[in-house]
Amino acid sequence: MQVPARFEYEVAGSVDEAISLLQRHGPEAQLLAGGHSLIPMMRLRLAVPEVLIDIHNLDDELRYVRDEDGVLKIGALARHRDVLESELIEERYALLGEAETLIADPLVRNMGTVGGSLANGDPGEDLPAALVAIGCEVVVRGPDGERTIAVDELYAGFYETILEPSEIVTEARVSWVPDASSYVKVKRRTGDYAAAAIGVALNMSGGEIEDVRIGMCGVGSTTLRAREAEELLRGQRPDAELYKRAGEQAAEESDPIEDARGPVPFKQDLVKVLVGRALETAVERAA
Amino acid sequence: MRMQVNVNGELREADVEPRLLLVHFIRDHLGLTGTHWGCDTSNCGACTVHLDGEPVKSCTVLAVRTDGHEVTTIEGIWSGTELTPVQEGFHQEHGLQCGFCTPGMIMTGTEFLERNPNPTEREIREAISGNLCRCTGYENIVKAIQWAANNTVREEVGA
Repeated sequence: MQVPARFEYEVAGSVDEAISLLQRHGPEAQLLAGGHSLIPMMRLRLAVPEVLIDIHNLDDELRYVRDEDGVLKIGALARHRDVLESELIEERYALLGEAETLIADPLVRNMGTVGGSLANGDPGEDLPAALVAIGCEVVVRGPDGERTIAVDELYAGFYETILEPSEIVTEARVSWVPDASSYVKVKRRTGDYAAAAIGVALNMSGGEIEDVRIGMCGVGSTTLRAREAEELLRGQRPDAELYKRAGEQAAEESDPIEDARGPVPFKQDLVKVLVGRALETAVERAA
Repeated sequence: MRMQVNVNGELREADVEPRLLLVHFIRDHLGLTGTHWGCDTSNCGACTVHLDGEPVKSCTVLAVRTDGHEVTTIEGIWSGTELTPVQEGFHQEHGLQCGFCTPGMIMTGTEFLERNPNPTEREIREAISGNLCRCTGYENIVKAIQWAANNTVREEVGA
């Protein structure tokens, strides 16, 4: 039987209260949202927080998926299921729906939250990679007010964000509506983390790739953005040769480690192939 | 910590450690052993219960998290006289062998059919993808849920 170590338990009644609890308890305190990453880690004693600040009662403040003047706003406590069931997202961001159906399983998606997925800093999480591809900004609130951070600048390392100890993720915000997008993933079995996964979003103009962003999951110590592959693609007319070159470039930018999901060269090959597939699908969808 | 939770329509009070997981609270404190405790790693789904109407894995929820909320376990879906359509489906289609995964399958299947009363086979398979069965190869579980979908009497609008 796996039992978490003892901790002190607090329930926050508002975002502001969560912030003051974080301030009071210091860096050994952790926020608990859906808990489907944190609780397993606590049971394995990989995480041993002294204080848990439970924010599940903040649904009124933080659980929403909505459009505001063309900007998609996803509250930090929106569940994966809410993202999957949102018509707004289905209409604008095909890759988010594709990524969500591949995240864990339906029961986990009933509990797991968007904010938790972002703040956890696990490079194997699908959602941050998909959000990198659509240029998401993460809204965080702390004792000194609110700031926004581009999701591809959120991570400092493996399970490490640039957030201050008393800051809380409140929202994911996306203002770019790409012409098309795609998310592809290779995993060992249903519900597993990715051996590698790629999210692509792009705009086409006159048969050329006008703008493109590529997010990579599971192939580095953080969620990655393939900036040089994006650069190589901009202004180019898509064909099989271009997809191949972009895949090779993205594989250069990836930095996978060997684990149970495969050796390094295998994962680099996956990046090459999946970047090509995601691009091809997105280009077809944009037509 | 003192907590109050509505379990199967009954208000239960308890004083528990914050680290107590919901599955152990249900089994050891309330004596409701129909909810099974399986893998301990949020994979197998044997511990599935409804939290505020949605199926969740109770091995990955703190018991104190349910303070002020509603939990339904496998014991709570039975009327006391007749099997529910999903339970009857498992009976009719031989949807279990050892029975360990069955409570979780039924909890997941029940909520799924409320949302999607006429599912395709693929949708059923997707819905139960968080519940593992090591005996049946899933074929008869899928048929059992399909049986329930086909044999649920629904109230007709305007009837």
